[in-house]
Amino acid sequence: MVTQPVQGADWLLVLPLLLTMAGGAVAIMLRKKTAVQPWIAIGVISLVVVSNLALLSHVLQHGVVTIVMGNWLPPFGIAFTADPMGALFALAASIVALCAAIYATGSIEASERRYGFFPFLILLLTGVTGAFLTGDIFNLYVWFEVLLIASVGMIILGNDKAQIDGGVKYAVLNFVATTLFLIATGLLYGLVGTLNMADIAIKVSELEGQGPIYGIAALYFLAFAMKAAAFPVNFWLPASYHTPRIVVSAVFGGLLTKVGVYALLRVVLMLMPETREWMGSFIGFVAIITMLSGVFGALAQTDIRRMIGYLVISGIGSMLAGLAVGNQIAVAGAIFYAAHSILCMTALYFLAGLMFNIGGSFSMRELGGLYTKSPLTAGCALVLLLAVAGLPPFSGFWPKVMLVEGALADGRGLVAASILVTGVLTAIAIGRFWIFCFWRGGPEGTEDGTLVPQADGSVAANAVSLPANITLSLGALTAIIILVGVFPEGVMAIVSKGAASLVDPNAYVQSVFGVWP
Amino acid sequence: MNTVIFRTIAPYLSALMMVFSIFVLLRGHNEPGGGFIGGLIAVSAFAIYGIACGVAAVRRAMVVHPMSLAGIGLFIAVLSVLPSYLFAQAPMTSQWLIFDFLGSTMKLSTPLVFDIGVYLVVVGAITSIALSLEERDVD
Repeated sequence: MVTQPVQGADWLLVLPLLLTMAGGAVAIMLRKKTAVQPWIAIGVISLVVVSNLALLSHVLQHGVVTIVMGNWLPPFGIAFTADPMGALFALAASIVALCAAIYATGSIEASERRYGFFPFLILLLTGVTGAFLTGDIFNLYVWFEVLLIASVGMIILGNDKAQIDGGVKYAVLNFVATTLFLIATGLLYGLVGTLNMADIAIKVSELEGQGPIYGIAALYFLAFAMKAAAFPVNFWLPASYHTPRIVVSAVFGGLLTKVGVYALLRVVLMLMPETREWMGSFIGFVAIITMLSGVFGALAQTDIRRMIGYLVISGIGSMLAGLAVGNQIAVAGAIFYAAHSILCMTALYFLAGLMFNIGGSFSMRELGGLYTKSPLTAGCALVLLLAVAGLPPFSGFWPKVMLVEGALADGRGLVAASILVTGVLTAIAIGRFWIFCFWRGGPEGTEDGTLVPQADGSVAANAVSLPANITLSLGALTAIIILVGVFPEGVMAIVSKGAASLVDPNAYVQSVFGVWP
Repeated sequence: MNTVIFRTIAPYLSALMMVFSIFVLLRGHNEPGGGFIGGLIAVSAFAIYGIACGVAAVRRAMVVHPMSLAGIGLFIAVLSVLPSYLFAQAPMTSQWLIFDFLGSTMKLSTPLVFDIGVYLVVVGAITSIALSLEERDVD
């Protein structure tokens, strides 16, 4: 129970939010000083990474942690509750945001800095971290709004026509989703009379499947599926993710859809387990279609940014498969997959940015021979692509193993088969991508195996110097992906604990109320 | 809206509304009012001044850019959370400072600091929206 004096360590729950809000405020005040902006962002987000690391280790040592605002005891005060899943996602999100800030030092120009790229980035991280750490369902809605406002600011950063077009589609669809979320929350409050997640878990279990809880759960599923870009409500993602600056796409691809997946796991799986079982086959169906439609979309694209967008969607399908199966190992797989996807999708967009720097295009037709220009990039690309396809020994492999194992243990052969088929199709898609962009000698129209002769008859320079900001951010993410792939035990322990506290919310409830009443 | 009557009255009206907005801000803890409503009244004052005398006059009157004002407000709101850490209490637990001043009891508290932060965020953010809308009208 939260009546004993608050430990200093419990403040770790709110520290990331205080840091990002204060940092965002300072960045807004100094938005004319474009040279200082990146250093504010990098400094603040580095502190957030350290704080989230400390929070994760605290949660792993002491179990689920809760702190309640203003000493109003739950279920009346707004609670912040970190379980291993929330802490892990918050850490991954802050790492991604740090890499994005580093990447942006070299790619976001002074005019875009004046427009507020760095304040938006910091405040986006506020919203994402708040969503991962809050223990109150209305507060979750508030964080969704914070990150929605920040993300709309980022998506229209360049004021191009295409960006406004993509931004409007993104904003409208997400506003609809957020409104559905709010309606569902209102209905839920009318039904159980509480907004505290631990209290909702108790009250819903007492309902024993009675009442309109099924309709509420379905509404939540629709709202969060829109956020997570699940089929068929995912059309906003391919329509908008290729328009903004590449670093913005990277942050979006890494973070935003995963917040939707997190909310699905937290609300549908943890708070309403009976209705999840009722919807299980339907969620499984949605998951299979999302996986396959995503990977087919990726196979059909020639713009590498659009292709990565479809790979994001395909990955969402795999995470939904974990939700559909719902046993501990599959949920652990889904959490692992989400953490992997946060890092990997961001890294892929960074890679696309780097390829544009080297090859001068985002089109697979116009790219080619990048291997000779930069072997390091090609190697890095291979690591990331194999990780996306779920091939060993990189970080995408282990979650897929866990998902397939969980699906088979639950007797859902079709889901397991779809995950494997998606893996094969993704391997084909990324193979095509790598061969076109890196392996062949030159772009379409040139003789294969040779470099393009320049106007003066010389051959284009082989060595390309890589910009430090991209090398650092992409290199750091790739290193984490390799490390997690080779030594998965640590992450597996975290995600198993996270899944355990989702499937059986006893520890979560105890952290808030002391005992299950 | 460019009438002599309006242009003459608007500065006085704005000044009155600003004073009233601060009154509403300060009475807000136990009575209706507070930072958000006070902020909205202050924004109305700036908007009226802007309609009467132009956006440039409002920007001169505000001295600080509205977005910076919002940033300052957010920063103050964050600062108001911190004192409870020193007393090993949960974040945002209110701390009170009660003392006698010129014969009346003054009650200062961290919720008041938070409310001032909210006031500045609302004034900054919404004034900046209102001013850019009024500017577009002129173009």
